[in-house]
Amino acid sequence: MTVRLDGVGLTHPGGFQALHDIDLSINQGERVAIIGPSGAGKTSLLRLLGTGLAPSTGQLHLLGVDPATLKGQALRRLRARIGLIHQSPPLPPRQRVVTAVLAGRLGQWSLLRSLISLCYPLDSAGARAALEPLDLQDKLFARCDQLSGGQLQRVGIARVLYQRADLLLADEPVSAMDPVLADHTLNVLGKVAAERQISLVASLHAVDLALRHFPRIIGLRAGRVLFDLPAERVSQAELDQLYSNDSFNEPVFADPVSAIAAASLEAPRRCT
Amino acid sequence: MYLSGTDVGVHGRPRDPAALPRLLLIILALLVLWPGLVLTEFNLATLVDPRNLDIFARFLAGFWPPELSSGFLTLLGKATLETLAMATAGLVLALLLAVPLSLISSHALSVSALARGQPSPVGRMLRYPARLLLIILRSIPEIVWALLFVRAVGLGPTAGVLAIAITYSGMLGKVYAEIYESVDRRPAQALLQAGSSRLAAFCYGILPAAAQELTSYTLYRWECAIRASVIMGFVGAGGLGQMIDLSIRMFAGGEVVTILLTFLVLVLAADQLSNLLRRRLA
Ligand SMILES: Nc1ncnc2c1ncn2[C@@H]1O[C@H](COP(=O)(O)OP(=O)(O)O)[C@@H](O)[C@H]1O
Ligand SMILES: [Mg+2]
Repeated sequence: MTVRLDGVGLTHPGGFQALHDIDLSINQGERVAIIGPSGAGKTSLLRLLGTGLAPSTGQLHLLGVDPATLKGQALRRLRARIGLIHQSPPLPPRQRVVTAVLAGRLGQWSLLRSLISLCYPLDSAGARAALEPLDLQDKLFARCDQLSGGQLQRVGIARVLYQRADLLLADEPVSAMDPVLADHTLNVLGKVAAERQISLVASLHAVDLALRHFPRIIGLRAGRVLFDLPAERVSQAELDQLYSNDSFNEPVFADPVSAIAAASLEAPRRCT
Repeated sequence: MYLSGTDVGVHGRPRDPAALPRLLLIILALLVLWPGLVLTEFNLATLVDPRNLDIFARFLAGFWPPELSSGFLTLLGKATLETLAMATAGLVLALLLAVPLSLISSHALSVSALARGQPSPVGRMLRYPARLLLIILRSIPEIVWALLFVRAVGLGPTAGVLAIAITYSGMLGKVYAEIYESVDRRPAQALLQAGSSRLAAFCYGILPAAAQELTSYTLYRWECAIRASVIMGFVGAGGLGQMIDLSIRMFAGGEVVTILLTFLVLVLAADQLSNLLRRRLA
């Protein structure tokens, strides 16, 4: 069991309860997509799994341990085994791509090695190998502020691939990419997870991508699990319920132009 | 046409809502600053008093031409090097103290802030003594330290170096910590969340964004240290300060002007160096 949540609730510092009573378990090697409307708690759940947030109630087990019982060095070792791809890549604009990717292994490197690598990249071949499947190897020595949003997002992914984590988490990893690139990138992530027999948990806002690339789909709505099903059993009715929005249901538009706009706001269709 | 809802004055001009607060602020500033001028007995009349003007004019007349004899220039060169060395050594010693203290006192690297959004009480209790030490270090002006050290270690640059090291470590540490906190913290937090140590997270996550500002502030402090070491020369810490002190006492205006020109060149050089490094790091 890679991930287990028992009755986990999460209240943000402001007092907002983002997650309610979540029970969930994810086996080694499983690939899971989390979908749901924005504000549903997808990012909160992934940060929880990445030990960036601690549950307010309930129990969380990651890679066989409860992170709440760990401190100092032991917690750092657990964190080095979990790779989280952030929605907006947290890369300093003036840093070079090679350094940003190599930073993935800071949790495993000694301080001396980290400092030397900051001045002269010790493993630029490794960084290049992480960028290659994402088709970004020619940007190895470019600076992060010279990249487009989608390229930056792929550098963030390459860093986590280089980390060689035992649990892969991804928060809307392809939100800044065009459909073809998004497809390709999710393929790469899925392949890496399958090859290394590790679990992959990704949140996605594009339902069709989730259904196409992930065998198991979790629908999250208002901080609760609405459904947790194999991809082929997710029906249009469930998607409608997941994305239904009470405030958009009223026909507030009088003219035909905004009526069309309103229709396109409806729940995304299931792609076949 | 004016937008409805805007206050329109007698002449049809819209009334600026910020005008009154600004006027009040100016009046307040004058009220605060005026007593300062009164208390220091600042009086323009003393400056234009014919007797004072006369002394000043004779003093200024002695300023020309600048003293350029080779004997004096050798002395000047030696004193300039001494001043530069005092400023640089003082700043390096200050850095040795300021960098660790700034890292301890800044909450940009708080690991507990990762999970809770706020540093833990324990972390805050550790940070407070570091902040207090920085305050103590910079609360006493370097000239006072210099006077003390001249007594303790004798006349000469050592006193100046120690004085600069102490005061400037307090200033550098405080501003460094604030620079770390002013840059985007998400890169460093993402690294901490992936198991990195704090120092590595600092070097990979904060330093790239802060390097330019850190360099520029450090060089500005170096420039200040040059000026400070000149002033400390007046109390016997050697260098250009001691030299200008002697020249003024001997009413050797030509020497004074040469030394002043040297200051100008030093500050210009520091400024150029700062510009160069800023451009390199941009
Ligand atoms: N740091 C925070 N403090 C307070 N509320 C937050 C914080 N982060 C997220 N939230 C709230 O929690 C809810 C879930 O947010 P999030 O997990 O980002 O949703 P999603 O990623 O599904 O869009 C939202 O209503 C959001 O406003
Ligand atoms: Mg989100």
